[in-house]
Amino acid sequence: MEAIVKKRIKQVIKGDQDAFGEIVEIYKNSVYQLCFRMLGNRHEAEDVAQEAFLRAYVNIKTFNQDLKFSTWLFRIATNLCIDRLRKKKPDYYLDAEVAGTEGLTMYSQIPSDHSLPETELESLELQETVQKEILKLPEKYRSAIVLKYIEDLSLNEISEILNLPLGTVKTRIHRGREALRQQLRYV
Amino acid sequence: MCPDHIIELMHQYLDEEIDSEGEQILREHLQGCNECQAIFNELKKTVAFVKSISTMQAPANFTSNVLANLPKEKKKILVARLLKNHPFLSAASLFVVLMMGSLFSTWNQDREFSVSKQKNLVVKNNTVIVPKGEVVKGDVVVRNGKLKIEGEIKGDVTVIHGEKYLASAGHVTGEIDEVNEVFDWIWYHMKRSAKEAAGFFEHQEGQ
Repeated sequence: MEAIVKKRIKQVIKGDQDAFGEIVEIYKNSVYQLCFRMLGNRHEAEDVAQEAFLRAYVNIKTFNQDLKFSTWLFRIATNLCIDRLRKKKPDYYLDAEVAGTEGLTMYSQIPSDHSLPETELESLELQETVQKEILKLPEKYRSAIVLKYIEDLSLNEISEILNLPLGTVKTRIHRGREALRQQLRYV
Repeated sequence: MCPDHIIELMHQYLDEEIDSEGEQILREHLQGCNECQAIFNELKKTVAFVKSISTMQAPANFTSNVLANLPKEKKKILVARLLKNHPFLSAASLFVVLMMGSLFSTWNQDREFSVSKQKNLVVKNNTVIVPKGEVVKGDVVVRNGKLKIEGEIKGDVTVIHGEKYLASAGHVTGEIDEVNEVFDWIWYHMKRSAKEAAGFFEHQEGQ
């Protein structure tokens, strides 16, 4: 996998955009997922994920080819998410929570085409609860938790992505885990 | 309240970084402490919950949207891809390159004086003369030399890499063609090949 990506990167450096398309295909889901878990809404997640790939393309020559491409790409995406969170303006999106409701989004105001079976509904509710609790975490714990448990990365990779010492990454994951435990213990 | 070092061991366990000594301490403590057991189970449950969030798919058209926003591609790459995807084109362009190569080499090598063979042509130091009052029948081709026409030529005249003088009394019934540049040369070659081909077919039809 990494070998294919390395080959494609060489082609991209020569200017081949089709090769870049293949790289996007490989990583689009994980980058989009990372952005969605960090930002909590689909439109922004798509926007930021697109921007991350665009930046990767423009700066591909600065990528050190001895390193893992995914680490570099996730670093770009994570930084963009954090930037976005910091200058986040209140805005209206379908999946933003409706004021005064507990976890209801504008999506839930749109009648669905089919009714979900009970178990699926329960698992959806659980997923929404977990997502909501992740979004409540301070951004520095959130990024560590998302990279660790959603993207399933090693502590070393996370430390490279966040450009932080391993010890700091561990502390953030511990604190994040503890905060989530407090919130999710009665679920 | 649970001791901090036990909580720390729990996190080490969850990070899979606990050593056997630490694991032993944690196990022994958990057996005797219900509160710690509860916390430990909650932590494990939390991790399971977070991991259970189903993986998300990027929206449809994600890749094409990314590609549409990229800066323009270099032309060189476009041509390379075109050739790669259409092998016939690369074969054709290779053919053209080789053809050009052979044409150029004939152009460069072909520096010797020569003239088409007609009885009454007079040759003097790379100059071909059609004497006054003489009638030369057939096409006259002169390479790398001069052609002086004082008499009459019943046919076409082609001068390659040279000059021609048409005296006032001189007369040519066919076309006069002077070839001095590479492109003229190529054009001349193409015309000649086409003529030959046409002649060949006419000949066949005649049979």
